[in-house]
Amino acid sequence: MNKITKAFENKKVFIAFITGGDPDIETSEKLIIAMAEAGVDIIEIGIPFSDPVAEGLVIQQADERALKNGCTVDKLFAMVKRVREKVEIPLLFMGYINPIFVYGKERFMEKCRECGIAGVIVPDLPYEERDELSDVCAEYGITQISMVAPTSDNRAERIAKEAEGFIYCVSSLGVTGMRGEINTNIGEMIARIKSISPTPCAIGFGISTPEQAKEMAAISDGVIIGSAIVKLIAENGRECVAPVKDFVARIADAIN
Amino acid sequence: MNTDRGRFGKYGGQYVPETLMNNLHELEKAYHHYANDADFQHELKGLLTNYAGRPSLLYYAEKMTKDLGGAKIYLKREDLNHTGSHKINNVLGQVMLAKKMGKTRVIAETGAGQHGVATATAATLMGLECEIFMGKEDTERQALNVFRMELLGAKVNSVTSGTQTLKDAVNETMREWVSRVSDTHYVLGSVMGPHPFPLIVRDFQKIIGTEIKEQILNAEGKLPDAVIACIGGGSNAIGAFYEFINDSAVRLIGCEAAGLGTDTPNNAATMATGSVGIFHGMKSYFCQDEYGQIAPVHSISAGLDYPGVGPEHAHLKDINRAEYIPVTDAEAVSAFEYLSRTEGIIPAIESAHAVACARKIAKTMEQNQVIVINLSGRGDKDVAAIARYKGVDIDE
Repeated sequence: MNKITKAFENKKVFIAFITGGDPDIETSEKLIIAMAEAGVDIIEIGIPFSDPVAEGLVIQQADERALKNGCTVDKLFAMVKRVREKVEIPLLFMGYINPIFVYGKERFMEKCRECGIAGVIVPDLPYEERDELSDVCAEYGITQISMVAPTSDNRAERIAKEAEGFIYCVSSLGVTGMRGEINTNIGEMIARIKSISPTPCAIGFGISTPEQAKEMAAISDGVIIGSAIVKLIAENGRECVAPVKDFVARIADAIN
Repeated sequence: MNTDRGRFGKYGGQYVPETLMNNLHELEKAYHHYANDADFQHELKGLLTNYAGRPSLLYYAEKMTKDLGGAKIYLKREDLNHTGSHKINNVLGQVMLAKKMGKTRVIAETGAGQHGVATATAATLMGLECEIFMGKEDTERQALNVFRMELLGAKVNSVTSGTQTLKDAVNETMREWVSRVSDTHYVLGSVMGPHPFPLIVRDFQKIIGTEIKEQILNAEGKLPDAVIACIGGGSNAIGAFYEFINDSAVRLIGCEAAGLGTDTPNNAATMATGSVGIFHGMKSYFCQDEYGQIAPVHSISAGLDYPGVGPEHAHLKDINRAEYIPVTDAEAVSAFEYLSRTEGIIPAIESAHAVACARKIAKTMEQNQVIVINLSGRGDKDVAAIARYKGVDIDE
């Protein structure tokens, strides 16, 4: 079974996101180790991009900090390789298509395999453009995660049928970021996808508290939290490891 | 040209978040429906004639021709359109389409402010709510256009992310669209972005070239030897070129912004200095670094200050059907002054890039040859900025 899907066996899964290299590579490395210790099941490492069109302000600023501090894909590969020796859980890259395309799709996926990245999430690569990466992902055994949005309607079925790893269910309209309330009919969307595909469903976008996480985990197979963690990193800089570890431990507790 | 799945050769595509996909499909479907709908086309033609002032003139620039001493030069006067540029052609079509689709609100990015002004104008005319996103740096160098948009009832949002110019305005408009997609149409201002925008905008702009062909055949009894247009995203250029793509003897020349020079990092000459990438929904050429980070670009012209180019132009470059040449800030400013003084026509600083190119090539051509310059906009908006560039202390 796919290593990512396996993480969903017999439990609700907590997927945590950080922007790689924010505030610097060393801190990212410590964060990944600390979050794995605190009970996070899968970690998404964001590849910082100059123009993250799907992100809200919190992650936009994280990308800016990381790039300003000299983060590159090569440095992230080296970091993942080091951290892999200490961390067992699946690690994913979340990144826009351009940095992958310009690096060389083949070369990128080869390096992913080499350093132990299990999958990629590319927010600006919808179903119609999946082929841009699908062959090369398959060749190197990298899982390409699919996203379903509240506006997907009739598309959800097609997307779910071909999905691997897990299905990233976008909770609400808009960009990433914390929301007081998630008021789209996410439960109905999950139920529909579940009737089509056995691939686990995780909900992301807007989740920031243990209460929200618990509520979302109850209607799905797991939750994805990004901006709330990145905000803690922004507030605490290099001292962020302890507060982030504490926060993710509370989320992990709340959902299972 | 093959536009299956929005491709021009290998360029184009739909590289956007899943949230927008159904909306793009809906737009494509509506567009194809209304493109063949006689009532829609009749209504649009009425607006173009009676509101925008089409057809725009094709003016023989006799003094410029004599002064340069080579090819005969004609100016396609898109600057005389209502709102002062070619942008109105696309905007009237798209806002009408949005209204037919039941949208009640339009949003748009703008660089120089011309597309924002045109969108605000059409929205007011057709009774739709309008919000414009404009980089903070551009709101400063084009302050008059900000007030103009507000006067027309639009809300103008100053974008403070990134380089605070056109690219960031597009980012922010896309973010806004993802947040509020059901009642809102994004009136994209150029032949860029995800399919079907490059197709829709080109179709609404191709009237420029259609008119040029008819007018030049009347005036000269033959096709032009060259059609020259400035190019940022590429809407006025594709508008002028499209009718001539199959007339292989007609040189098609796009003038991109070289800023301080293509040998410096301070340029926006995507074709000359960029490489293939995927950004803003499309595969095309972009100014970027070795890691695919989009480069901060520079041009004196806010409308050309963009790190990418429309996918159809990328294709026309690859198949060698169109030429793309860089024009510097200094050459553009010189052409801005030149046209003002020779013909009494103040061009937009964007269009001045095309004038600069014509100044160079006209004298290398025979007197029986013909150049058409697409004068895409008027220069009133640029007067204060050019004065400042020349060191004149002036308030708008």
